[in-house]
Amino acid sequence: MSEKQSGSGGTPARKAITRRAEAADLEAVAALDERVTGAAKPGYWQDIFERYATRRLDERFFLVAEAPAAKSKGPILGFIVGEVRGWEFGSEPCGWIFAFSVEPGTREQGIGETLFQAISERFRAAGISTMRTMVARQNQLHMAFFRSEGMMAGPYLQLEKELDD
Amino acid sequence: MQKSSRLAIYALIELAADPERQVSVSEIGEKYRVSAHHLAKVMHTLGRAGLVRSIRGVGGGYSFSGNARRTTLLDVINLFEDMSSDCKLTDRDAATAAEWALFDVSCEINDIARATLGSITLSTMLKQIERHKKSAMARTSESEMA
Repeated sequence: MSEKQSGSGGTPARKAITRRAEAADLEAVAALDERVTGAAKPGYWQDIFERYATRRLDERFFLVAEAPAAKSKGPILGFIVGEVRGWEFGSEPCGWIFAFSVEPGTREQGIGETLFQAISERFRAAGISTMRTMVARQNQLHMAFFRSEGMMAGPYLQLEKELDD
Repeated sequence: MQKSSRLAIYALIELAADPERQVSVSEIGEKYRVSAHHLAKVMHTLGRAGLVRSIRGVGGGYSFSGNARRTTLLDVINLFEDMSSDCKLTDRDAATAAEWALFDVSCEINDIARATLGSITLSTMLKQIERHKKSAMARTSESEMA
């Protein structure tokens, strides 16, 4: 995931539209993710597309942002992926965001916020009132972005353990 | 969090809400119920950090001169205190297993606190304040209608 903080405070608004990801977007999405994270994972994105863009679409959302002026398919400016999950860890159904990225050259133009708002609307329409995500503590850019969108620490703590040999 | 850090954050929120506005130390002091003397020291530190600008003369005071979208609560706190002080083991060679265990827990808490404070900008705080105000207004409306 990658995104600089956006939101209020003089952000130059770039008009971006969001739509569901299509098979033709997969290459651009995987390439954007590789540029941002430095790791190529085409198999992962193929699997994500099949699971989140082709099945149970009323509760799974793989959205991309693109410039509205593009007559044909414009460049993908960012993406966000999430789904409704219920009863894991004893939780009521909520919307999870687990992948999010904005093209580095188009950050701070409101694209991340547009994607965030778009998936918020989808979750709301699915009857969900709470959204969650998980962010690495060192990832201050993502932390700052999600905070600026109103996200705060939730009622769960992530725990882990190194497995001994 | 020390008192100076809290005062600095309150003052910056007050000023960053309207960067064109000039606010006196006494005005901020009255609002947050703190002495102008203590606040003046805090403002001086914020001025040296480039976060506020002092304006002299009639109607003078302070105005915000930082970047609200780039300044985090941790940036402000670091001007006044060392947050890592809770996560220190003074004598590592002599430390017992219990001291090491408590050190680990302290560092875990410190890491989470730093990550949280380092991700909340003044701009985000201003948004959060607006949300609080809206919630309070909604509650008031509901209670008036009931």
